[in-house]
Amino acid sequence: MKYLDEYRDAGAAHKLAQEIARITTRPWSLMEVCGGQTHAIVKFGIDELLPKQITLIHGPGCPVCVTPVELIDKALEIAARPEVIFCSFGDMLRVPGSKADLLSIKASGGDVRMVYSPLDAVKLAEQTPAKEVVFFGVGFETTAPTTAMAVYQAARKGLKNFSLLVSHVLVPPAIEAVLGAPDCRVQAFLAAGHVCAVMGCEEYVPIATKYHVPIVVTGFEPLDILQGVLMCIQQLESGRAEVENQYSRAVRQEGNRPAQQLVHEVFQVVPRKWRGIGEIAQSGLGLRDAYAAFDAEHKFGVAGMRVEESSECLSGLVLQGKIKPHECPAFGTRCTPEHPLGATMVSSEGACAAYYRYRREPIIAAA
Amino acid sequence: MSISGDDPLMRSGKVDFGGVLREVSLAYVPEVIVGDYVIVHVGFALSRVDEAEANQVFEYLREMEELSDHQDSGAGVSPVLPGVSPSAPASPVQ
Repeated sequence: MKYLDEYRDAGAAHKLAQEIARITTRPWSLMEVCGGQTHAIVKFGIDELLPKQITLIHGPGCPVCVTPVELIDKALEIAARPEVIFCSFGDMLRVPGSKADLLSIKASGGDVRMVYSPLDAVKLAEQTPAKEVVFFGVGFETTAPTTAMAVYQAARKGLKNFSLLVSHVLVPPAIEAVLGAPDCRVQAFLAAGHVCAVMGCEEYVPIATKYHVPIVVTGFEPLDILQGVLMCIQQLESGRAEVENQYSRAVRQEGNRPAQQLVHEVFQVVPRKWRGIGEIAQSGLGLRDAYAAFDAEHKFGVAGMRVEESSECLSGLVLQGKIKPHECPAFGTRCTPEHPLGATMVSSEGACAAYYRYRREPIIAAA
Repeated sequence: MSISGDDPLMRSGKVDFGGVLREVSLAYVPEVIVGDYVIVHVGFALSRVDEAEANQVFEYLREMEELSDHQDSGAGVSPVLPGVSPSAPASPVQ
């Protein structure tokens, strides 16, 4: 497929890797923010193409993974109600809450449905006026315009039976949380291309300046990631700390203005709890007062629910790049994609799932 | 790709994902016309792929080659990644 296959060309990948090796003079640690990039890196073995001095640390950019147990439990409580049709992206269905997951609610009679787009849930609400349709809106800045549009359209259509259980999270505060941690080892970031396709590059400039870290907006194919790494190393080796855009075929400097406008219309920036990290100020999006009628937490009275995280799952450390998935004692034994302890083992963007899928054999052999 | 809808917020189009056709909202890409490639996320086109910018990594590689005599280790293509992917255009759909 055009714009896909050519970015997986092995010859070109080796050339970029050779260039990275040529200019690298000392050890560097880079963090790829997005879980989609983590999967590409592990799947294509990009980390193994790089010189040993370069360490790729997997970041917190899997939206499913950073969703706190508390919110999953709220989803389970709402989904179990007889009047509710609970709609979600497929990734969330098997994420464990403190006692169950959405699929087990479905198995015990709850109407839980997987949808492709938030607009499918709006359509369902129109078609089934006797039911309450709730959409589980989880995701970064890439997904926020899609749930914003769902709420906006529901409001325009006067739908009273549609609501959103919202847990949108923002990348820049997460990067700052990583950089502000006392034992932070990250010296440069590959920023998430699709997040920046919506938000643009400008909001990363103050972070690059304040912490003196290169931030390179990067795509998701092997050549994108290798070029992003190369651009980071070029900056690090020459002492620069700038925001650069590797993914210019999809990311404009200013981002997608119409999408930003609708997100701003429907949502406001709020504090948000991150799984394993805790609350980060101004790190999420919640519905504005004008759209409060679409807030499922209030509609179903679950806003006050508080739940502690499980202690056995070390996903918090994985999400902050402090340990690699296979360094968790439960990895591949008590925690597998069939019986996950945490979301990082479930999601198609989770680091633990990536290691389990593509790195399981050598890891088990080494254990 | 085919495009329908007069209201900019309701504008949608058919997009070809390597053979699978899907109706996608074009509300956020008012500039898109039939034949463009778009980045799609959960049913929404979020960005138009810029053809000139898409070539920059290959131009960079060519410049690198002119500066050195690196060996080519042969081309290979890996299977398609799951998740968000650029999409291909299709002839207008009836």
